[in-house]
Amino acid sequence: MTSENLSLILTSLGPIVLAAIAGTIPLALISFAVGLAIAVAVALMRLSKVRIVSALARFYVSVVRGTPLLVQLFVIFYGLPSIGLTIDPWPSAIAAFSINVGGYAAEIVRAAILSVPKGQWEAAHVIGMSRRLALRRIILPQAARVSVPPLSNTFISLVKDTSLASLILVTELFRQTQEIAAFSGEFMTLYLEAALVYWVICLGLSAAQNRLERRLDRYVAH
Amino acid sequence: MSRTEPLLTVRGLAKSFGATPVLRSIDLDVPAGTVTTLIGPSGSGKTTLLRCLNGLEVPEAGTVTVSGGPSVDFGDAVSQRRLAALRDCSAMVFQHYNLFPHKTVLDNVIEGPVIVQRRPRPEAVAEATALLERVGLGEKRDAYPFSLSGGQQQRVGIVRALALKPRLLLFDEPTSALDPELVGDVLSLMRELAAEGWTMVVATHELQFAREVANEVLFMDGGVIVERGRRRRCSAARTRSARGASCSG
Ligand SMILES: Nc1ncnc2c1ncn2[C@@H]1O[C@H](COP(=O)(O)OP(=O)(O)OP(=O)(O)O)[C@@H](O)[C@H]1O
Ligand SMILES: [Mg+2]
Repeated sequence: MTSENLSLILTSLGPIVLAAIAGTIPLALISFAVGLAIAVAVALMRLSKVRIVSALARFYVSVVRGTPLLVQLFVIFYGLPSIGLTIDPWPSAIAAFSINVGGYAAEIVRAAILSVPKGQWEAAHVIGMSRRLALRRIILPQAARVSVPPLSNTFISLVKDTSLASLILVTELFRQTQEIAAFSGEFMTLYLEAALVYWVICLGLSAAQNRLERRLDRYVAH
Repeated sequence: MSRTEPLLTVRGLAKSFGATPVLRSIDLDVPAGTVTTLIGPSGSGKTTLLRCLNGLEVPEAGTVTVSGGPSVDFGDAVSQRRLAALRDCSAMVFQHYNLFPHKTVLDNVIEGPVIVQRRPRPEAVAEATALLERVGLGEKRDAYPFSLSGGQQQRVGIVRALALKPRLLLFDEPTSALDPELVGDVLSLMRELAAEGWTMVVATHELQFAREVANEVLFMDGGVIVERGRRRRCSAARTRSARGASCSG
């Protein structure tokens, strides 16, 4: 490695990390939070006894999982304006990622709810709880525990997927890298550098995931 | 006292799963302050009967009446509110305890009183603590269920039921998931409750217990009550006098 390369890495690291902090991470966090809210709602709809409600939820999940994220992003950012609905890059990205996470996480949440033993519902009913109250106080907290590992994986995927937002002009980690690369012409060096930054972020998230799982495990029998 | 009007009256209760009838026209009277035990081979319908009594299972026909409470005719469409009213009259103790694993022992016990019955928290905590101490689990108040033995978990299950102050206690084979050496503790607690005058319906395989403690033993087979062993009534005496005072007939 030449010393020019090294100094390029050092000077570009600042802007790239900054773009991660100002772009990638908030984009992932906000989309995940909104996506999770969508997921819980869709999972509950999916479990509803009302046919049409559960069919709607199934349709949503099927469309989200059956189409590429990049296409979803483009439909929202480049497609909607042609029917008179123009959305800025950031809100477009958040909308696309939230809808996407909502579809994947809905299945995780649904499976987690179903994994709570039936006896827990019955015990909740016996102490006088309605379905709603039982869900909120007894079932969802237990489902939350079960869903931490798969949801963590969803979040880590999302962090990496936010790089797609570079294609709709959101200044995040990868777009920043592309700009510097185009300017300097050192594509290999800069793209590897971007990869390294993503990797470090994901390593940190995996470590956090492990800690969280151990913490939640403390109160559950095996 | 309760001789004239039973606390719980069941008439013509029928339930099937798919095409299989599981309960056929069950009649049952449970006077206040008495213990009724249900015995019978596996699959005879004991669990299903108990679950029908508190609406966990909805029978197709028959009536369940709680004196001074709801009377539900399952022949008609039954609203969720009626079912809830029926459920509020009783509390069930499960074979597998079904404690809430994400809550401490204390929180398991006060969940119903505080969250559902909306009683003041300090009062519920004081009562729960007293009940837990009574069953020898005062120190386990802040423990999580997984750290308790089966016998301890079942005693918490019983305390959770008592804390609701139900009129009727339903037990579904409360000791059959326990190691043999732990059965005694739970049975003796149930004897105490019987002696205190709680109205109880108990499905059990503990024949000794069923005969000793019950005012009436019902033998079920194939979804019907094939035999009723009634004993001299002595609940009033038992309520007054020391626990377990011999009142066999
Ligand atoms: N949810 C269900 N769906 C279908 N069949 C059921 C269901 N619950 C119970 N049954 C059937 O109903 C019959 C009575 O079951 P139940 O559990 O009431 O018997 P039990 O007397 O409690 O037996 P055990 O002593 O084994 O607990 C059995 O044949 C059982 O297979
Ligand atoms: Mg049974």
